[in-house]
Amino acid sequence: MSSSPKKVLLEPVVDNNPIALQILGVCSALAVTSQLSTALIMCLALTSVTAFSNLSISMIRNQIPSSIRIIVQMTIIASLVIVVDQVLKAYMYDVSKQLSVFVGLIITNCIVMGRAEAFAMKNPPMISFLDGIGNGLGYSLILVVVGTIRELFGSGSILGYQILHTVNAGGWYVPNGMLLLPPSAFFIIGLFIWAVRSWKPEQVEKPDYQIHHVHRTEVI
Amino acid sequence: MLGLNKDSIAGTIVSATLVCLVCSIFVAASAVVLKPQQVANKKLDKQINVLNVSGLYHSGVDVEEAFSKFEQKAVDLDTGEYLEGVDTSTFDIKKASRDPAMSSEIENDIAGIKRRPNYQVVYLYKEDNELQRIILPIHGYGLWSTLYGFLALEGDANTVYGISFYEHAETPGLGGEVDNPKWRSVWKGKLAYNDEGEPALGLVKGQVDASTPNAEHKVDGLAGATLTANGVTNMVTYWLGDQGYGPYLKRMQGE
Repeated sequence: MSSSPKKVLLEPVVDNNPIALQILGVCSALAVTSQLSTALIMCLALTSVTAFSNLSISMIRNQIPSSIRIIVQMTIIASLVIVVDQVLKAYMYDVSKQLSVFVGLIITNCIVMGRAEAFAMKNPPMISFLDGIGNGLGYSLILVVVGTIRELFGSGSILGYQILHTVNAGGWYVPNGMLLLPPSAFFIIGLFIWAVRSWKPEQVEKPDYQIHHVHRTEVI
Repeated sequence: MLGLNKDSIAGTIVSATLVCLVCSIFVAASAVVLKPQQVANKKLDKQINVLNVSGLYHSGVDVEEAFSKFEQKAVDLDTGEYLEGVDTSTFDIKKASRDPAMSSEIENDIAGIKRRPNYQVVYLYKEDNELQRIILPIHGYGLWSTLYGFLALEGDANTVYGISFYEHAETPGLGGEVDNPKWRSVWKGKLAYNDEGEPALGLVKGQVDASTPNAEHKVDGLAGATLTANGVTNMVTYWLGDQGYGPYLKRMQGE
């Protein structure tokens, strides 16, 4: 498992992307991407939680009794999420109001738990920290792409600045209302996965089951 | 750790206790340290919302100064009269609703709020001694959460000037669209009461146009958020009704 820090940091961005390849953490990617600004704050929150949970779990990995390791991981993750939520409420009140429950739901985001169990339990602290940042970046890449597309074509703006002048504001652009609804992120993520797998065909899984073509035998 | 086998029962209990202790210290410390900042944010946010719903908020405006132009009055909900000698600046609607001495149970609870405070603090904005806006705090249950907000009426205590919510946890992108400035602007100019003096303001499914019955009282629904929309209609109906600001607004209309 031990590999170079650069590889640990950059591999999850495209080659082993948590959303596109591991299919983890899709729920929040649907919920918070109708605006780019909320998506960015969410990325920041998730990346810091993943990085610090990996760091602290890795530091005590040899002391965690194996029978309660999942509970210990959850306790640490939940504490970090509460701290992040409190910080957002204190310093970014508007954004934290828009993110509402979704910051708290980072606790259940499979990326955090998945990386703690799969990587931090078996690797030293610093490399685990980088793995957390790398996976956070992979998650962020998808959220930023989805958030940009949804905000640009759904409300005609990027980070609140009007780019396409919408009909409602006296312009020419008719916004695509579907992009403001969470299911549209499904389509964008789906297309993104398709694009990545066309570029890197080694990510395509083998089919679980394949119908074999057999020669027909004559039965009388 | 401590010479114990980490997988023995004692080791498990010791590690679990230590993890919980350290985590709880972190969580408690962050909550305590950041509390003043959060309270200040909430207060500022509420003031901005009062300004916003009255059309007086622009970026760069001095919130404290603009807010000081508002007159705060405590209104007895039963009689509709102003109460004197009440400290309006510390009034907290949530605390008041929980306090049995300051609130009472609601009989016909359409807004889903269970208890009603005996009085509410309203904000009045006057220009040249002429009443321009009446800002009424409202709250009621939506889909996931109680929505807290303000309804602003013009000086005639019937024409709506605007609505805004400062606290809710509705689904972002669906019920959360109650914060959408475009949807909120649809409220402007609607009439709160019909000719019989009953509350008629509310949301309908879809968009309101000239052919909608009672279009002067109706506001566009929220796509994909029927339950939040029903909650908003119920809340507005409740607070404009006899159990809410009805007596007070009737009195203001007479003046």
